[in-house]
Amino acid sequence: MFLPCDKKSSRLTLHQQEVREGIWLLMPSLLIIFIVTFLPVLFNLVLSFTDTPISNPIPQHFIGVENYLHFLRSADFWQAIWRTLYFTVVSVGVELLLGLGIANLIHAHPPLWSFLRTSLIIPWAVPTIVNGAMWRWIYNADYGALNGLLFTLGIISKYQSWLTRSFLAMNLVIVADIWHSVPFIALILQAALATIPVELEEAAMVDGTTSWGRFWLIRIPLLKSAILVALVVRTVEAFRVFDIIYVITGGGPAFGTVTISFLTYLESFSYGHLGSGAALSFLISIFTLLISLIYIRLLYRPGVNS
Amino acid sequence: MTKRPPLRKSLFTIISLVLVLFVLIFVYAPILWLVLSSISTRADLLAVPLHWIPAHPTLDNYLAILVPGRALSEVSRTFKICLRNSLLVALSTTTICLLVGSLAAYALARLYLPFKNTVLTSIMSVRMIPEMSLVIPMFIVTAFLSLINKPEILVVTYLSFALPYAVWMLTTFFERVPIELDNAAQIDGCSRLGTLFRVVLPVAVPGVISTALFIFLSAWDEFFFALIFTSTVASKTVPVAIAEFTGRYAVDITGMMTAGVVAALPPVIMSLVFQRYIVSGLSAGAVKG
Repeated sequence: MFLPCDKKSSRLTLHQQEVREGIWLLMPSLLIIFIVTFLPVLFNLVLSFTDTPISNPIPQHFIGVENYLHFLRSADFWQAIWRTLYFTVVSVGVELLLGLGIANLIHAHPPLWSFLRTSLIIPWAVPTIVNGAMWRWIYNADYGALNGLLFTLGIISKYQSWLTRSFLAMNLVIVADIWHSVPFIALILQAALATIPVELEEAAMVDGTTSWGRFWLIRIPLLKSAILVALVVRTVEAFRVFDIIYVITGGGPAFGTVTISFLTYLESFSYGHLGSGAALSFLISIFTLLISLIYIRLLYRPGVNS
Repeated sequence: MTKRPPLRKSLFTIISLVLVLFVLIFVYAPILWLVLSSISTRADLLAVPLHWIPAHPTLDNYLAILVPGRALSEVSRTFKICLRNSLLVALSTTTICLLVGSLAAYALARLYLPFKNTVLTSIMSVRMIPEMSLVIPMFIVTAFLSLINKPEILVVTYLSFALPYAVWMLTTFFERVPIELDNAAQIDGCSRLGTLFRVVLPVAVPGVISTALFIFLSAWDEFFFALIFTSTVASKTVPVAIAEFTGRYAVDITGMMTAGVVAALPPVIMSLVFQRYIVSGLSAGAVKG
């Protein structure tokens, strides 16, 4: 590219110049990210060792790991963890199965497949709070559509109050989450399926592989990375679930749908214990970090910049 | 395509059509109920057993939240202000992220930087920080600076998830622009910034649209920060307003459903219009709640 005679010296200065320019270009983003994420996380860690109340939110009394010990010993905390794990495993599991099924269905190009693919965008685009409000109204005990439908079909003889039993309420929240998130997984997987060369499956068919065999031996292995992306993104999201629970059940009945994020919200902003809220949120970060370490390992693109 | 025996083929078509219809019902039934509720009168909606088709369809609910002086409740009276807040916050977040993010993304995609992988990895990990662990310290600082109930503070908090996302997405899209274009521009005397704004950005427009869409949609969607940082009429965003229809006040169900339709229309229409950018964005590693 340049004169070969002084290649070495010109390349060195060019690199130095590039590094300098790069730092200037990166600076605004890194500075903002530092201020809005790194500093708060540090401050949060400091807060978690204090008993700062919301009424006077200046950290004063350091109480060591008291906040952490309190939660690790409290039944509320472990119940919230179990509920969060239940929500995460069931919703993400069902979403993956349904998403995989719908992606394969679209890929087979049945009648209306294109309309179906377009339609899937709608639940994904509906804001989470609207989704929650909609399902809350569907589950309404006195006038809701679920009662109306089951009553009209003769499945129930009188209207039920769906959200007054914890386990049922949790599963109904999961249904609402599934409606919102299955399209995300289905669209990702469908896009990935569309990149699989037709020749591959045709060759397998010529070799006499059954369609079930083609699914397991060709599609699933080639979809692996797309499945992992969808799975981990959804797992991290589901583990932090808050909005939809806030709108549909408000954590009730009797704290029966309080997940770990909801517990943090209650602790910090309802009971006003910012210090122990910070400790809880730090525990959430640790759980999320474990999941995201897997994420980075799976998504890290070695060699792409070389 | 593949040759199947005719009987098996038609059986296959019928089964898959049934499945397609089943999924379509699952997608559209809740939305239909949402829309029907929004055009029902209160009396129709509270009938037991319920009327599936409203006896007196009406647009009064829409007028109530959109036309001054027609409101039934405090929340619906102030809904327009919340719409404006949401729009301003989402647009500002998107603009800042695209401007600042594209500079960083250009450096990461194009320049020789020894610390590039460290930066990319940190940006990736920052996207994983739960908003729960940002909100308490941010709340304390915001209260200290008396910035609670200012919509501008929401833009600052939204940068915490939107900017890392923008840098990541734009880097991916810029890397796909052939580097020969940069070289040609620089031989012609274009500066770094000139190359970015005159060559790389225009070629990467689909990716930029896709990034902008995802940021706008997630800012429009955001609830948790808005719930904590805004509670006055002048500062609330749409999701907080919708949650409040059932909150402190008597439940105004027609108002809530109508506000829900109004809040869902912009993202739904944008996503349908820019459908192919959405799918390419999803494949590039998008995250939206």
